[in-house]
Amino acid sequence: MKKHWRILLWVLWLVVAALGIHGFASRMLEGHRHANYGSYIIWGLWVSAYIYFIGLSAGSFLLSSMIYVFGVKKLEKIGRLALFTAIVTLFMALISIWFDLGQMFRAWRMVTSPNFGSMMAWMVWLYSIYTVIMVVELWMAMRADLCRWQSLPGPKGWVGRALALHRGPLPPEKERSCQHWLKVLAIVGVPLAIAFHGGVGALFSTLSARPFWHTPLMPILFLTGALVSGGGLMAFVVAALYPHRNEEQRQIVAYIGRAVLGLLLFDIVLEWAEFSVPMWYGVGHEYDLLMRVLFGDFWWVFWVLHVGLGCVVPGLLLAFRGDKVWSVGLAGLLIAVTFMTVRLNIVIPGLLDPHLQGLQNAFTDHRLVFWYVPSFFEWQVTLFIVALGTGLFYLGYRFLPLTCPSTAPTPANP
Amino acid sequence: MNTENTIESPAAAPNQARADFDRAAFLKAGVILAGAAALGAVALVTSKRTRISNEPTGEASVRQVPGLDSVPVGRDSDPLLRMQKELARAMAKPVKQRHWMMVIDTRKCVGCHACTIACVAENKLPPGVVYRPVVTEEIGRYPHVALRFTPRPCMQCEQPPCTPVCPVKATWKRPDGIVAVDYDKCIGCGYCITACPYNARTRDAGEFYTEQTPALQPYEQQPNFEYGKHWKRQGHRSPIGNARKCQFCLHRLEVGMLPECVTSCIGRATYFGDGNDPESLVSELAAKPNALRLLEEKGTKPNVVYLI
Repeated sequence: MKKHWRILLWVLWLVVAALGIHGFASRMLEGHRHANYGSYIIWGLWVSAYIYFIGLSAGSFLLSSMIYVFGVKKLEKIGRLALFTAIVTLFMALISIWFDLGQMFRAWRMVTSPNFGSMMAWMVWLYSIYTVIMVVELWMAMRADLCRWQSLPGPKGWVGRALALHRGPLPPEKERSCQHWLKVLAIVGVPLAIAFHGGVGALFSTLSARPFWHTPLMPILFLTGALVSGGGLMAFVVAALYPHRNEEQRQIVAYIGRAVLGLLLFDIVLEWAEFSVPMWYGVGHEYDLLMRVLFGDFWWVFWVLHVGLGCVVPGLLLAFRGDKVWSVGLAGLLIAVTFMTVRLNIVIPGLLDPHLQGLQNAFTDHRLVFWYVPSFFEWQVTLFIVALGTGLFYLGYRFLPLTCPSTAPTPANP
Repeated sequence: MNTENTIESPAAAPNQARADFDRAAFLKAGVILAGAAALGAVALVTSKRTRISNEPTGEASVRQVPGLDSVPVGRDSDPLLRMQKELARAMAKPVKQRHWMMVIDTRKCVGCHACTIACVAENKLPPGVVYRPVVTEEIGRYPHVALRFTPRPCMQCEQPPCTPVCPVKATWKRPDGIVAVDYDKCIGCGYCITACPYNARTRDAGEFYTEQTPALQPYEQQPNFEYGKHWKRQGHRSPIGNARKCQFCLHRLEVGMLPECVTSCIGRATYFGDGNDPESLVSELAAKPNALRLLEEKGTKPNVVYLI
């Protein structure tokens, strides 16, 4: 990357981080006071960010499982990068939802006294198991390289000595054992990732009080969304950060691009069902809410950001320029970033409009309204999470063997 | 013996090794997943069957409260006197045998909002929190309008959708029908708030009505006594950050007082009592043919009945 681009990115990151730290301090000291969500629209930007990041994580993880479970050779060299992306985005998701809690420092109660009848308790437990599996998987995938790094000078040597848990080169039998358990964990991770991300959809869709969410399609929509957005993110990450600009990179990116295009088309079919079925005859509570999504004050979020920049432009890029690294990377970035609008358009409309018409006029209070736009403070906290996540990703990219897979023999070539 | 199975060509060996490797991995993963699924099923069933609260339910829950013994009370007496007497009768029973109900006669409600404000004062409710708003519907076009008022406390549903969603067992249905919240356990995730079709739950954002004025007024700094405890709102302490809701003034019932919204109603439009007492006013009124419940199609079976 050219020097002036690097400086520009650093400046941008510092601005985001500075704004974010201010928001973080404000959240810790003053709680929810500066947030615009209230008692009726109880969930806003942060919950949307949570399901957005968790979707990116599940999508990246499932991509990594294509390598470790299904043995897709073409993607072998980005397995660790996909796993690390999944870990970082999961971390961002959990921070987002942690900030949304009214009593942040009681989050541990989810572990010590969970109600397993609640989808939310399941989420926390599944995330915890998922985190452990991903971290161990990544460590096993990197271990041989970490051992090799031990003799290097500087930070790489320190990282190798600190994390390898073994002195000297890794013996072949240990490496085989690592690969074996890596595969076991990756297999366990697939149903787990499907369960937890389908479960996030179920967290919403099990609520009979919210007809907008209460649809059996919701968990499936969440899963497909995860694959599309996570796949898009990985396309961008590989296009931008793969260490070699060669034919190998082009093939990997093109492969992910084709998968993302297929998933995007499938997601559009599901979305059509999600919108057209309740809207067809133009009657009912859900119809009113969907009309507000399509033609309300925030129509541009749906039409411009989601349909235009999130579906049409990347769809065309992937379909007609799917063999070019830059176009697939750009399409992936557009899909990944604009998917946040899909999440916002799930969370907020579901809480608009009371069942008891007239409730909005019953008690005049700025937190007892059925109207919501995120405050600057809420964006600041989200920027904090973005700065934290990108910072963490950068550190991992610089100081972990994420992009240079081991060349040791596999069990197929003993 | 079939010798073909025991003799392998050199080229087949790596494939065989790969297949063995895959088979062993899938087998181990299958065992881990089956074990995890079994554990999950046990956790789910156990959670569904476990009683959340350890509040006393037997004789320890009996209360001898003043029952206006010196005042003659008959069926034609002021409803407040009759309900007071019935309250004392109900509190003399163990909590399991009580079944609190509220009846609201919408024909008598004039939309004065006294109940809303009395509730705010009783429970020291901050901005953003309201337990009993009076829903106002306008019928017709101004100036030719009619108004309909529907006070909306918590419905204390028989099948509350808000309690099973709590991830930390901080809210539950008591044996007397009241849906309670333990502020010390609630993590403020808001899931129960989204689960209530009546919007009867709100979250305390930690604000004060007078915080932008020259002085924070003392009335906002007083503790409230919900659930019979002493809750002073300051800093990040509960109930700040928690889900809050109407609990039929449980703390008042425990000392023999009717809910604040009942005593403050200027038109005697709100009735309260024990639905398990066939002689009670609420039992009598709830059985009227013009009684209905809000959003009955949601299947929540509310314990608040409206007379229309």
